[in-house]
This record gives sequence, C-alpha cells and structure tokens, in this order.
Amino acid sequence: MESGLFLAMLVLGGLGLVFGAGLAIASKIFYVQRDKRIEMIEAVLPGANCGACGAPGCSGFAEGVTEGKYSVGGCTAGGPDVAALVAEIMGTEAEASASMVAVVQCRGGRDKAAEAAVYSGIEDCRAAILVDNGPKACEYGCLGFGTCEAACPFDAIVMSGQGLPVVNEALCTGCGECVKACPRNIMALLPKDRQVFLGCVSPDFGKSVKSVCSVGCIGCGICANPKFVEDEKIVMDGKLPVIQYEKIGNGADELKNSIEKCPSGCFVIRGKVPTKPRKETADIES
Amino acid sequence: MNIIATALLDLVDLIAGSVRSRAFSGGVHPEDCKHYTEHKIIEQCPLPDYVIIPLQQHIGAPSECLVEKGMSVKTGQPLSKSTQFVSVPVHASISGRIAAIEKRPHPGGNQSLSIVIENDGKDEWFDPAPDTPIDTDNIDIDDLKQRIQDAGIAGMGGASFPTHVKLSPPSDKPIDVIILNGVECEPYLTADHRLMLEKTDEILKGLHILMRIVRAKKAIIGIEKNKADAIQLMQKKTKRWKKISVLPLPVKYPQGGEKQLIRAALKRQVPAGGLPMDIGCIVQNVATALAVYEAVAFRKPLIERIVTVTGPGITEPKNFRARIGTPFHHLITASGGYTTSDVKIIHGGPMMGITELSDQVPVIKGTSGILVLDQSVSDLSREQPCISCARCVDVCPMKLMPNRIASFVEHDRIDEAVAYGLSHCIECGSCSYICPAKRHLVHYIKHGKALLVRKRNSS
Repeated sequence: MESGLFLAMLVLGGLGLVFGAGLAIASKIFYVQRDKRIEMIEAVLPGANCGACGAPGCSGFAEGVTEGKYSVGGCTAGGPDVAALVAEIMGTEAEASASMVAVVQCRGGRDKAAEAAVYSGIEDCRAAILVDNGPKACEYGCLGFGTCEAACPFDAIVMSGQGLPVVNEALCTGCGECVKACPRNIMALLPKDRQVFLGCVSPDFGKSVKSVCSVGCIGCGICANPKFVEDEKIVMDGKLPVIQYEKIGNGADELKNSIEKCPSGCFVIRGKVPTKPRKETADIES
Repeated sequence: MNIIATALLDLVDLIAGSVRSRAFSGGVHPEDCKHYTEHKIIEQCPLPDYVIIPLQQHIGAPSECLVEKGMSVKTGQPLSKSTQFVSVPVHASISGRIAAIEKRPHPGGNQSLSIVIENDGKDEWFDPAPDTPIDTDNIDIDDLKQRIQDAGIAGMGGASFPTHVKLSPPSDKPIDVIILNGVECEPYLTADHRLMLEKTDEILKGLHILMRIVRAKKAIIGIEKNKADAIQLMQKKTKRWKKISVLPLPVKYPQGGEKQLIRAALKRQVPAGGLPMDIGCIVQNVATALAVYEAVAFRKPLIERIVTVTGPGITEPKNFRARIGTPFHHLITASGGYTTSDVKIIHGGPMMGITELSDQVPVIKGTSGILVLDQSVSDLSREQPCISCARCVDVCPMKLMPNRIASFVEHDRIDEAVAYGLSHCIECGSCSYICPAKRHLVHYIKHGKALLVRKRNSS
C-alpha cells in the first residue's frame, strides 16, 4: 500500500522533472527575440484598442512602431502626451501633432428638424438610411439613432433627448471612430485648439433647408459679407460658408459679427459642454 | 373560410409535392389580397404633366446622358447610351421639353441623377411603329440582342437585370430551357396576371424570340395555381407547340423567386453564388417577353409598363399601363386618391417592396406595383428580442439561418454573418413575415450587405 503511494509519487515527480527539463531546454533553443520596447510602449498606450491608428489594437500598434510601420505620434487617442512617451522609448523626437476632438456638425434635433415619416425599423443610422434614405426630412441631417454613440470606444458621446449626439470633450480622444461610423458625415474631427465650426452640412438651397429645419444653414452668405468680416475670413463654397482658420487664428472673436448675424445661428462655439443625460426611450417617443 | 381553403390547398400541395417533389423547402403563405385588382382590365394611364426618368434603372453600369436641359425630345427618343455591356439606355416616355437634369428621389432610395421632361401634350413618336409587325424570324441573333439592348430592356420582375446580358451566356454554358416567370407570388400584385390574360399572343411571340436567341430546346411557363384563368388560356394557346409547356405551381411564397422557380420546374439547383445559366437555363418575366416582342417587331423601346396600383389605402385600385417616369402621385390620383391621410407607400409588393417616403418618386422599369397601405395593415410595433423559435429557419427558402445572421449584423460581426450565408439571402422577406417577435430580419440582412460593401470598399 505504502510502496504504491511512494511509486506513484516517484513516477509523477520524475515525469514532472523530465518535462520541466524539456521545457527549460526548449525555451532556450526556441527563444524568440522580442523587442523589449514593445512591452514598454504597450504600457504607456491608452489600452482601449480603439483602432484609430490603423492597427488592430494597442499591441499591434506597439509592434508596428518598433518596426517603423507607424509613427511615434500615431496614437491619436493618446494625444501628444503618449506620443512624447512613445518617442522617449523609441529614442526619437515626437513630431508636433495637433490633438483632435470630435464635433457634431448638425443642430437639427427633433424639436428643430422635421421628420418625413414614422420609422419603426432597426435603430441604427446605417440601417435607417437604407429605407429611402432615413426618416429625417433633411437628407443631410443627423438621424439620431446613436450609431456614433455605440461606436465610441471611450463613452465620450451621449445622445441628447432631442436625438443629437453630444461630445463630452473631457473624454473624447479624437480617435475618429464616430466619424467612420456616421453614414451622414455629421461627425468630424476638429483640432482641439480651434474654437468655432459650422453646425450644418446641408448644401441645399435656403428654401428647401428652411422647409425641413429651423437651424440649418440657408446659404445666405451674410456671414461672409465684407461688412461683417474682413479679409475673407469666411468664404462661401457653394451654399456653405467655410471658415479660413489660418486667417483667424483659433479663437472665435474675430468672427463675432458674422456669428451674431447668422439668421439660423449655425456657428457653434466649442467649450459649452452640455452634459444632459440621455432621456429614457419612452420619454423620447411620447 | 379562407384559412380552411389555404390549409386544404397546402395539403393537396404537400401530397402532390411529395409525389413530384416540385416544391422548394420553406416558404410562407401570406394572404394573397389579389382580389383588389385581379379582375380589373389594364387601363391606359393618362399622360402626366411631367415625367422623371432616372438614368439608372437597372443593375449594372449607369448609362451616359445624351441630352441637355432645354432640348425637345420625342416619345421613344434615346436619352442616354450604354457605354458598357452590362448597361441599358433610357428613353423619353413622352414628348416635350427637358426641364431639368438633376438629382431626384429614386424609388430604390436615395437621390439619383434623373431627366425631367415637361409634357407638350402631343405625344409625338421619335420612330413611329410600323403598322404591321416586322418579321422577326429573318433577323440575325446578334441583331436581335442589339435591338433588345438598344430598347433599354431590363428584367421587369423587379430586379431589373439587363435582359441582353442574360441572353448572352458564354459558349461553354449552353441553355436548354427558358422558364417564363408568370408566378407573381407577391401578394396584391396582379400586373403579370392581367398581362398574361390580355397579351397572351404577344408574350408567346416574345418567348419564341427569346428561345431563338439562346437556341433553347424547351420552354416552361410557370404560373401559380391561384391564376387558373391564365393557366387555362396559356395551355389553350400553347397546345400546338410541343416545345412550350405550362406548369401550374403550388401557391407558396416565394415561388416566383428565380432559384425557387428553377427548382420547381427542373429540379435543378443553382449553385451557391452561381447563375441559372450555370445549370443550363434562364428565367425571364412575362412582361419582359412582351417588351422583347414589342422592341423587335415594332421597334418600340421600353417606355411603358403595367403597374398595379392597389391596397387598402387606394380608393379605386387599378391596373395601369403607365409610362416610365410617371410620378406615383399621378397614378394614385388616377386611381381615386388615398382613402386616408396616414398611409404607407410601397414600391413593389408587400414582401419585397421598398417603403417610399414620398409619392413624388417615378415609376421605373422594375415597378410592378404601387402598394398603399393604411393604418389597419401597417404594423408600427417595435421589435422584440429573438425568442429562438427558429420559425425563420424553417421558412427560409435558401436554407439559411436568418436569426443568426441578423444577430451577427446587429453586433457588427460581418465576417461571421458572411460565414452564415449573408450574401446568399434573396431578401424574400419570409423570415420577417413569420417572426413572432417582429424582428426586422431582412432589414438586418440588407444592413449587413451594405456594411459588407462599405468594408470591402474601405479595405
């Protein structure tokens, strides 16, 4: 009885020793030289695996950086801080990269913009546009089903009670996932230091914009009028004004007159972060 | 009463099916609702004040615009030319002045470049039809195909695939059978049914031309048994031709689906991702056969088609012969207008049709019907979670698992959806119809296909 127990221990212990030795030898012979910097870079990355850099995830990006596939500042989500750390690990200088923030170029919520029909299909903007281009009367406006909200890896987008995405700039890293997800190109990335942008993307004539939305750009061109803004700081491209950022610096002060004159109030000044939580679905429906 | 009748029919089909094994697997039995228009003789729709003719009305490359704003055109004048093989031109469907060439709402969704013609009321023809039909037997086969392409003919069952492409199989794929599709399994629609009753001879002449082009040895006309009068008439008219047979088919949706019809008629199966020509047959709609005959014998381009305007939302449902480009609201007004203010307008039938946001969209080559539903039949309830009952799996005529595919698409897992056969779905709508949780299964699948295209384009 006792000898049986002893034998079992001996056999199992012996096997363990043999396999252990085998593994030890194998790990020496088949050792894969891995760049130590990969782990170090991975440690400083945000770790959200958002994919904004183009790599499948953070470890893929770290490996890519050591192979020279991505630049040290390639992590948009991490911004300049991470870029500096990665550059330090790689022993190079980080090029100055502007950190970006997502902005919503539509202000036509349910209270402002008309719906052309009752929609009862899948609650995803990309699916809604398959049904005759979505229920919204404006064919350029935000559909409000929150595809961007679902796509954001940092929970920085919340849908407002009026069905418009609200970007929490404190959480937004400028990774651009929402831009990729939005089928209407409402979401865009703006360099973080720029203060003002246009909150409408409709290139339609004033009359048709007015008939579907009370806050859409009607293309009147008053903002670009030299009476209110000098030096072509705003130029009209078709029916939409384009802000010439290189002429105004980053602040909104130089466009004050134009912004005030806009009949629809289309210019949006950043920094006012409404943090209204999303209302209950039942609330929106009623 | 209706239910009992359907159940009895089912039983008969089941017994007959097991003997002949004609039926495809799966399928559903929606109420056919054809009583609205099945006995209404086709009426000529009065010409509208303007027509909107989208340049893209077919599957394939868009055709190139030939006209400019302000030009005067005559009925039947080509407005565009096809620069590629898989493409067909469009023609002016009324005479008048070109008021605009701009993006207009297209019944398939989205905006599409369209030519708007203002009616001058004269309806002058560009190339007046000869009084007696041209003898088609002496025309060379390549000439015939060219005429069919020049006439702008694309499949008129709904998918609008250019007909001349279907008629040009590679030489290693000989066609032995042509199947003429007169099944019309979509509920409400009666356009093909009326056409078979009123234009029987012309359809059969068109079929002869089609058979000659592909050198088919045999033709089968598939008609669902709920159109007994059409079956009888076709059988009477085809009695003297041994090559043509009429095949009454069990009433089951989607019996008129190309692959399902081939299965029923020939017991052949189209390989996954393949075409009917891979197994030696082609399927053409009855309306296409008529258009082919008129194009060849009367040099008439495809400028009009039969449209069923029907549904509980229409005061006086009718079958119309309408010019391509006629706005929906014109046809609806001609049928007495809406019965109620809140309606759901569908381009096509209730199973596969596309919901329209406005009645400003035009009739295109694939418009078999305009269906207007009122609140009593349009279901606006929200979808519920899947209860895994697998009814969608039972009814899928393509033997797919719509529940799984939809779930994968819902969570953006497109690769897995593709592995489960996303691309093989024919979007017949049987799964959405049967789903007790009201899941928008076909919508998910269409959404998935769109995401797949987006993904392929971006990579």
